[in-house]
Amino acid sequence: MLNVSIYRYNPEVDSEPYMQDFKVDTQGKDVMVLDVLEKLKAEDPTLTFRRSCREGVCGSDGVNISGKNGLACITPLSEAVKGNKLVIRPLPGLPVIRDLVIDMSQFYAQYEKIQPYMINNTPAPAIERLQSPEERAKLDGLYECILCACCSTACPSFWWNPDKFIGPSGLLQAYRFLADSRDTATEERLANLDDPFSVFRCHGIMNCVQVCPKGLNPTKAIGHIRSMLIRSAT
Amino acid sequence: MVTSVTSFGRSGLSDWMIQRISAWIMTAYVAFMVCYFVGNPELTYAQWAELNSSLAMRMFSLVTILSIAAHAWIGMWCVLTDYVTLRLVGPKATAIRIFFQLGMIAITLLYVVWAIDILWGI
Repeated sequence: MLNVSIYRYNPEVDSEPYMQDFKVDTQGKDVMVLDVLEKLKAEDPTLTFRRSCREGVCGSDGVNISGKNGLACITPLSEAVKGNKLVIRPLPGLPVIRDLVIDMSQFYAQYEKIQPYMINNTPAPAIERLQSPEERAKLDGLYECILCACCSTACPSFWWNPDKFIGPSGLLQAYRFLADSRDTATEERLANLDDPFSVFRCHGIMNCVQVCPKGLNPTKAIGHIRSMLIRSAT
Repeated sequence: MVTSVTSFGRSGLSDWMIQRISAWIMTAYVAFMVCYFVGNPELTYAQWAELNSSLAMRMFSLVTILSIAAHAWIGMWCVLTDYVTLRLVGPKATAIRIFFQLGMIAITLLYVVWAIDILWGI
C-alpha cells in the first residue's frame, strides 16, 4: 500500500490547511500521479484538483509532487515516490482556492503584460506572412509552453514579486514573440522589459529549467532577452 | 514597465551591467592584492605607503571602492525589495523599506567619502 499525503484546505470549512494521509493500493503498477488522485477522488469526492487532457498537453494539473513541481498526469510514481510515500501539495507561491487548486490570476496578469500575440502593422499579404525554415526554427523550444505555471511557481523571485517580476513562463513567451521574424514590435517589447523587476529579477538559479514538464529552458530565453536589451541599448 | 526610484541606475539593464562590471573590478583588485602580498613577503610600511601614494594605485583603489558601493547598493536594494514587501511584512513594509534603503544609501556614500579621504590622506 502506498502512503499518500495530500494538502487539504477548504476555506469555507477549515480554519487553516492541513495534510491528510491516505493509503492507496496501486497493485504494484507504475501508474501516474493523476491516476492516484482520481482513485482518491472516487473515494472522497470532496478532494479538489484540476485536470483535463491527462496527457501533458493542457497544463491543468500542475501540482507540487514530493517537493518538485510537475504535471500529475505525466509523472509516474517511480519518479515521485520517496520511501513509499507520495506527498502532493498545490503549486507554491500563489493563493489556494481549495485543496490543490490555486488562483492563477497573478500568473495570467504577467502573461498578459508581455502582449502574447503577434504585432505587425504592415499591410497583410494576400495569403500569409512567410518565414524561412531558419526563422521558424528560432521558435522551437519556445512555442511548446503550455502555461502550466510549474516554472513560475518554482521561482523564488516570482514568489517574492509576483506582481512585478514577469516570471520564467511569461519571459519564455516574451522571447517567443521577440524572436519571431514576423513580429515588428521588438523595440516596444524590449522597452517594456527594461526595468529592475520585469526581467532582471531573474538571478539564474534555473529552478524553472529543472521543473519544466515540457523540457523547455526559460533561463536561456531570459539570457537571449538580456542580450537583445544590451544590443538595443548600447 | 515597473518603475523604481531607489534602484541604483533606474534601469534593470544598467543595474545588471554595473553589477557585472563592478564584480570584475573587485576580482581584479583582490587578485592584484594577493599577488602583491605573495610577491612581497618582507613587506615594510614604507613600501606599502609608497605603493598606495602612487596616483595609479589611488585610482585603482578608488574605482574598486566605487565598484563596491555600486555593487552593494544594487545587491542590498534587491534583497530589500524581495523580502521587505507588503506581501511579506504587512502594511508597514513601505516605510520600513524606505528607511533601510535610505539608511543603506547614506552609509554607502559615507564610506565612499571616508575612503577617498583615507586614500588621498596617505
